[in-house]
Amino acid sequence: MDLDPEDVFKDEEDGSDNEFFQQSASSKEYVVYLVDASPKMFNTTCPGKDQKDETHFHLAVSCIAESLKTQIISRSYDEVAICFFNTREKKNLQDLNGVFVFNVAEREHLDRPTARLIKEFDCLQESFMREIGSQYGIVPGSRENSLYNALWVAQALLRKGSIKTADKRILLLTNEDDPFGGLLGAAKADMTRTSLQRAKDAQDLGISIELLPLSCPDEEFNVKVFYADLLGLDGEDLVQFMPSAGQKLEDMKDQLRKRMFTRRIIRRITFDITNGLSIQLNTYALIRPAVPGAITWLDSVTNLPLKIERSLICEDTGALIQEPPKRFQPYRNENVKFSMDEISEMKGISTGCLRLLGFKPLSCLKDYHNLRPSTFVYPSDQEVVGSTCIFIALYRSMLRLKRFAVAFYGSSSHPQLVALVAQDEVAKAGVQIEPPGINMIYLPYSDDIRDVEEIFPDTDDDAPRADEDQIQKAAALIKRIDMRDFSVSQFANPALQRHYAVLQALALEEDDIPETIDETLPDEEGLARPAVVKAIEEFKLSVYGDNYDEERDFLGKGKVGEASRKRKTIVENAVKESANYDWADLAENGQLKDLTVAALKTYLSAHNLPVTGKKEALISRILTRMGK
Amino acid sequence: MARNKEKLVLLLDVGPSMHSVLPEVEKVCSMLVEKKLIFRKNDEVGVVVFGTEETNNDLTKEVGGYDHIVVLEDIKVVDGDLIDTLQKLPRGTVDGDFLDAIVVGMDMLIKKYKDIHKGKKRLCLITNAVHPIKDSLEGTKEDQVETIAAQMTAQGMKMESVVVRGRLSQDANKRIMDENDRLLSIFSKQTLTRTVYVDSPTSLLGALKTRRITPVTVFRGDLELSPDMKIKVWVYKRTQEEKFPTLKKYSEKAPQTNKFATHQVKVDYEYKTVDGASKVVPPEQRIKGYRYGPQVVPISAAEWDAVKFKPEKGVKLLGFTDASNIMRHYYMKDVYLFIAEPGNTRAILSVSAIARAMKEMNKVAILRCVWRQGQQNVVLGVLTPNISQNDKLPDSFYFNVLPFIEDVREYQFPSFNSFPVSWQPNEQQQKAADELVQMLNLAPSGKEEALLPDYTPNPVLERFYRHLELKSKQPDAAVPPLDGTLKRITEPDPELFFENKSVIDALRKHFELKENPKLKKSARRLLREKPSGSNDEDGDADVSDAQAVNSIEKALVVKIEKIGDLTPVQDFEVILSRRDSPEWVGKAIKEMRDKILGLLSDSHEGDNHLIAVECIAALRKGCILEQVSPSPSLCFCATVSAFATAKWPVIAFS
Repeated sequence: MDLDPEDVFKDEEDGSDNEFFQQSASSKEYVVYLVDASPKMFNTTCPGKDQKDETHFHLAVSCIAESLKTQIISRSYDEVAICFFNTREKKNLQDLNGVFVFNVAEREHLDRPTARLIKEFDCLQESFMREIGSQYGIVPGSRENSLYNALWVAQALLRKGSIKTADKRILLLTNEDDPFGGLLGAAKADMTRTSLQRAKDAQDLGISIELLPLSCPDEEFNVKVFYADLLGLDGEDLVQFMPSAGQKLEDMKDQLRKRMFTRRIIRRITFDITNGLSIQLNTYALIRPAVPGAITWLDSVTNLPLKIERSLICEDTGALIQEPPKRFQPYRNENVKFSMDEISEMKGISTGCLRLLGFKPLSCLKDYHNLRPSTFVYPSDQEVVGSTCIFIALYRSMLRLKRFAVAFYGSSSHPQLVALVAQDEVAKAGVQIEPPGINMIYLPYSDDIRDVEEIFPDTDDDAPRADEDQIQKAAALIKRIDMRDFSVSQFANPALQRHYAVLQALALEEDDIPETIDETLPDEEGLARPAVVKAIEEFKLSVYGDNYDEERDFLGKGKVGEASRKRKTIVENAVKESANYDWADLAENGQLKDLTVAALKTYLSAHNLPVTGKKEALISRILTRMGK
Repeated sequence: MARNKEKLVLLLDVGPSMHSVLPEVEKVCSMLVEKKLIFRKNDEVGVVVFGTEETNNDLTKEVGGYDHIVVLEDIKVVDGDLIDTLQKLPRGTVDGDFLDAIVVGMDMLIKKYKDIHKGKKRLCLITNAVHPIKDSLEGTKEDQVETIAAQMTAQGMKMESVVVRGRLSQDANKRIMDENDRLLSIFSKQTLTRTVYVDSPTSLLGALKTRRITPVTVFRGDLELSPDMKIKVWVYKRTQEEKFPTLKKYSEKAPQTNKFATHQVKVDYEYKTVDGASKVVPPEQRIKGYRYGPQVVPISAAEWDAVKFKPEKGVKLLGFTDASNIMRHYYMKDVYLFIAEPGNTRAILSVSAIARAMKEMNKVAILRCVWRQGQQNVVLGVLTPNISQNDKLPDSFYFNVLPFIEDVREYQFPSFNSFPVSWQPNEQQQKAADELVQMLNLAPSGKEEALLPDYTPNPVLERFYRHLELKSKQPDAAVPPLDGTLKRITEPDPELFFENKSVIDALRKHFELKENPKLKKSARRLLREKPSGSNDEDGDADVSDAQAVNSIEKALVVKIEKIGDLTPVQDFEVILSRRDSPEWVGKAIKEMRDKILGLLSDSHEGDNHLIAVECIAALRKGCILEQVSPSPSLCFCATVSAFATAKWPVIAFS
């Protein structure tokens, strides 16, 4: 068994324990998109991208398409169903009129999104009228209530799975604020009542209903007419509803493709403050480098997954080794052997808990005392009552006294000294930006720190230091190129975004790959502002004098000159040398192997080819070059 | 590589005042040689001890003087014997003169190498420097040291001095110590000498770099402030984890008699089709598949190459920002060091000016780095100033990698203020905590900072190399326990804790901890924990808990299918959480109902009632969780209620 150094990062346990976290306990989301397909959705338009008007229906469908494309990457285990109402055709399990559940082959109605679903949904708009059709479901004189039917179908779709493990939502997209406006009297009252009851039943089952209203240009969607009752909105919520709903729709369209993780406890650890005073802590990974998902090896002929088998072969005898082998380290002319037990015994220098060693002022934590992403620590009273209280007390003391704790974290794979730095809660506009708690920063050992003395070259003189004027000029420059509102992680990882874009294009067989923007490039426009340019010029002048460009050219030339001259002479020599042989003839007669490696290399250098490898490799490279 | 061969002379003070730390000196020096044996077999090492009774060195024979200095080992390529020598250093009887020892060491290096190998010759002095050096015949001691320092620079020698002080040399003469410190500081100023003061055996082990890694640049090129302003910089790693050595796999298949057996093991990976045939698929027929929803999309390397993100090499400034905008815990990786191109005065001045201005204004810079051409990703990070304290060393920057949006998981945690009052510390408790944070001080003023990362060795590696050495002599030696010196890293310092006993006692008095009585290890957690097979993780859980765990785990092995008499509630929960067939839920509820009715009817004077109530509570919870239509359960509740009140009216149902 190999002990994995990355073990600390593995999410080996999950689950949420604290009663405070219960609301976010479910790990999956089941969503039913209910899209109004009434003629009104097709008749009203709103200004879309490229200044062209698009119909509300188009807007709704493209929003869902975008959202699906994000979801398949970020939370591919969530399940979705797409359902239209006010349609001409009907397709649903209950065989109700005016409701059409859209689906593709190899997929249940409520299921994980697939490439096929996304692709066919993308093309749906062209065939919609032909195959599904739009038709008002609620007309005077008929007993049909398409909204009621739609809610019923959606609720039936969401019957799957327990409310404990999944968040169930119905997302209703419509531009009709008064669905029963066309009716009168008792019929209207009756339909309103049954629809509201239907919605309430669904909500009682733990399904949340959300409305994404689309406003007509001349008349804002009036949520008070009907939907406020359906959603159970009143007071402040009602006032806030319209602005926030607009935002939601926008959000659906521009979501970042990012794999989401549900919050998990990486490990429950005990924190030994002193003998006999141990509290319980949970650790969370808040910052970890995101990687594109795991790869699976496939057989390129059948596209079926392959399994990887590892076998250990003895190099001396060629025999297969079954039992886990011992390890060895060559030392003093012999092989010193270790069993795996011994290795884990050597590593296991502590009992796996976190032991407090003392406190230091924050200034002792240097910028270079870092090795790995930090781990977030939050107390829990689940097993030891009183943990949270001590934790908060220490946390507040450390914050106030500007100190951090040094502790030894004796994990089995990676025992390490850690700095426990208290982090005050930071919230902006009611949104928590930094959670309150302690961040565990892994400290390097002396073995991990490189000597600066080794890095800096030997000199006899003292190192030059900038004078006051130069520092002033630099300060002016810093003031000019200031990113006032910079916050960590405001940039998306361009490589990852590109990866997802390419994956999407290939999976959906799209013709062109969507453009991804590299947000990490410097703001060239900003840097070209006269004030900035002036500050830079002044700084340049104060350090380099007038000859910034000359000096650079000189330095650049000197360096490149030397290296390239050397290379040039080698090539020249090689050309001369290689002219001594009739290469075509040698190759023709298979006599290349009779030449020395040095002779072969002259040809390669003369033709600017790599000169590495064994003789066979050199020969084959020469033959390839000659086109044989 | 020959040009990197290091030539090192160890100058070790073994005088009486050093005896207490000699075991650590022996350890750190043998570790140094041991690592050389493994990683740098061609390095050459000599050993000089001073403060001995005897005298044995070339200089004393040639010019006289230089008493009490013994050359234990001449400079030679490292071998095992050297370790044996270093492991039993002689205990001296005289107070040594470190300056004489330096001269002897230099003499050895000069005689052996003349003036070649500049910069690869090194002296390493370990002393406490509490005894006066001899007065020189001409000039002051300072002059003498300066002459030696000049000679050292001329010969291209480096020195590293580890001065053992503090707790380890309490009753030394302050005046002499100050004088010696001044003399040693001349070396630091005039030559490339690293002088380290340590005050604990633990930091002595860490103070000497036992493995030298030749630094390599990660990047050489322009730091672009703007398209028109570029500074030539070189980038190195400042920290990089030294991993536990990867040991090779050992094969015991070769016969004992085979002298030439390599005992190596080849690890072979085969990619096979999953179907029955298990055919091996050749490498060229394999293709990488990437998950897209439930599907796997095959994408060949060539396809990726054509379209993937390919940034241009370069290090570009995005802007400056307030240091407070970057929180410390966002640092993602090991740390880089940016230095100006050596020898390029203008670049050094630019770096110096910007670093100092940043320091003054408390600003940091945000950079976008692509170290190599062909690198597949950009690195975003923060540049912080590093103002040099040493006149010899230019100012530089540290660079730490920052996360992208994708790397940050935005989890919300409740604010501490929102917790119930019982969870909030009261005034006395807060005071006790304040005391602790203040008094348990690892960096008291006037003393060396304890557990400074720069001088704290990795106890695991320390232990590995000691064990390796031990095993090479006794193949069946057991893993040695951590000695007291290394325990200072993994465990609190008893001295410090003893000094602050009152503070700790106060803390203990003010805070009360107890096991959660309500905690029932729910079947869920147990189910999850079982596969990991780690029973010792919960080592500190109390015994009754452990027993509960065991009983349930055993039951799980036989797959609970019935609700038993002993632990009906747990059995019920386990069955309820079985997901292999939908029937289990119904079965569990039915069985539970029968069980409760059974308990009630079999009860003798109410002795089963408490269990029954627990069962009912569990049943209710289960029904709610599983969203089972509650009606049969409700009716049932009423039945039970009637039953119970008739028999034992105390039980009230909520």
